[in-house]
Amino acid sequence: MQPLVELNHVAFGYGSEPVLEDICLHLHPGQFAALVGPSGAGKTSLLKLILGVLQPARGEICVHGKSLNGRPAPRVGYVPQLESVDWNFPVTVEQVVLMGRVRRSGVWPWPGVEDRRRVREVLERLEIGGLAGRHIRDLSGGQQQRVFLARALIAEPDLLVLDEPTTGVDMRTAENVLHMLAHLNQQGMTILITTHDLNAAAGHLPWVVCLNRRVIAQGPPDEIFTTETLNETYRGDMLVIRQDGMLFVQQKPHGHTYHDLVPNPVAGEAMPQTPESNNGRLSSTVSV
Amino acid sequence: MDVFLQPFQFEFFRNGTLAAVLVGGLCGLIGVYIVLRGMSYIGHGLSHAIFGGAVVAFVMTWNFYLGAGLWGFLAAVLINQTVRRTRISADAAIGVITTASFAIGVALISRYRRFTRSFDAALFGNILGVTGQDVLVVAAVTLMVGAIIFFLYKQLLFTTFDAEVAQVYGVKTEWIDTLFSLVLAAALIASMQILGVTLIAAALVIPAITARLLTDSFNRMIVLSTLIGAVTGLIGMYLSYYVDVSSGATIVLLQATAFGLVLMITSLQKRAARRLIHTHL
Ligand SMILES: Nc1ncnc2c1ncn2[C@@H]1O[C@H](COP(=O)(O)OP(=O)(O)OP(=O)(O)O)[C@@H](O)[C@H]1O
Ligand SMILES: [Mg+2]
Repeated sequence: MQPLVELNHVAFGYGSEPVLEDICLHLHPGQFAALVGPSGAGKTSLLKLILGVLQPARGEICVHGKSLNGRPAPRVGYVPQLESVDWNFPVTVEQVVLMGRVRRSGVWPWPGVEDRRRVREVLERLEIGGLAGRHIRDLSGGQQQRVFLARALIAEPDLLVLDEPTTGVDMRTAENVLHMLAHLNQQGMTILITTHDLNAAAGHLPWVVCLNRRVIAQGPPDEIFTTETLNETYRGDMLVIRQDGMLFVQQKPHGHTYHDLVPNPVAGEAMPQTPESNNGRLSSTVSV
Repeated sequence: MDVFLQPFQFEFFRNGTLAAVLVGGLCGLIGVYIVLRGMSYIGHGLSHAIFGGAVVAFVMTWNFYLGAGLWGFLAAVLINQTVRRTRISADAAIGVITTASFAIGVALISRYRRFTRSFDAALFGNILGVTGQDVLVVAAVTLMVGAIIFFLYKQLLFTTFDAEVAQVYGVKTEWIDTLFSLVLAAALIASMQILGVTLIAAALVIPAITARLLTDSFNRMIVLSTLIGAVTGLIGMYLSYYVDVSSGATIVLLQATAFGLVLMITSLQKRAARRLIHTHL
């Protein structure tokens, strides 16, 4: 089978410092894979290389069997890290999603009937149909993630690339997002994500790539999430626990814990929940 | 009513008003993109760079629009390339290149003292300087910029929102950026005679931020900013005729006042809304 994405001995650096070295990676049609690795490992850089936004210093990147050679990758939906979004920009959910059709809709500045229908459809599919007119800032983290996923899906991509879709949302929402991606994958979508959540990756993903400047290991999390590979990837002391068919990863605490450092920490005060104090808290949250 | 129409019997006033309305609207329109991309400084810098080009054109007896235009465009490209190819940051590159360009203009003027008077207009704006030909140029530039923004609306919006992601979705962002530099340079040159180099940056920024306060929708912000620019251009011209103050300064002061009012009203509204929530709890 021809890989959808193919990296052959790719090296990359922003300046003289190498960020990625000798990366060989295949992504097959229908695959669902996650890049994991510590901060600064080069995950985002690797995504951007595949997207064709950054150019490799050495090596070759092929998408659909064709070398990118400085062009952006064809038929790819990209969901950037939410932190990189300008939340004060004056756009509504619908306007953001419409951006995904920038190449398909006509020359007029306003969206056509078909554009609007597709926006409605994709928003319904991601269960945020009622939010079309909202400003993007006025959404929860999970909803924001869905909006940008909707923008990617409306472009009808063959490959979906998401940078840290589970960062900045609570555990349940993160689980939700991964579940949604699993559904898309079931319908045939090829998906590549990055994540810091090793436990979620272990539970939800069929394939992980451990990255730290080079590919340390790749395979099903069951096989490659071992103390040795994770220690090498994270340059730390990792603890891997298997229980009830699940896999848990935890960074071992430092030699000295907080209590060693501060034997008598300043204690908080548990307030009784009177209606009055409740009222005060509510109004202060509203005013933010 | 006659008093109201009285200044229109003068051709210079008709020309000036028409130009001010067009330039006000034009700057308001482009300003939206400038403000949202955090490029206010580039508007300020480029107008100064173009001033250098204008003086050189004058000394070499080239056509003003051609000389200033080429110069402005080259400065924009030079800034772009400096940022792209070196470690120098955008604001530093703009600072160096445009100020040096402005200095060339100042140096030439001080060398050939006799020009000094005619460049007052370029520096501070003057309705008396607006000829029929200037109005035609302003109208042509406004039409061209309007058409470009109309037909590239979606691409420009995406590039302004997030250039890197837009590239992934197939927008030719490099081309869009170059075209936008061209549009900006053209608009600055067209505005120079009316607003003056030193005030253009304000006319680019104020209507856009005022519009931003009034709406959360990009489409409405574009319309509002253009309207605010055009209306303050019209009223500013009137005021400048009656109080005998430079047209550029009058228009910009009027815009600043409008911004102040809108800021006051919107923050009062917000506070009122907050109080409403408070009482309803
Ligand atoms: N625009 C840039 N210019 C220069 N260096 C950069 C740039 N972006 C990233 N780097 C550097 O490249 C290295 C890899 O960064 P990258 O963003 O790819 O890491 P990452 O694995 O995505 O990290 P995180 O998990 O924190 O998002 C880091 O050392 C970073 O400092
Ligand atoms: Mg990253």
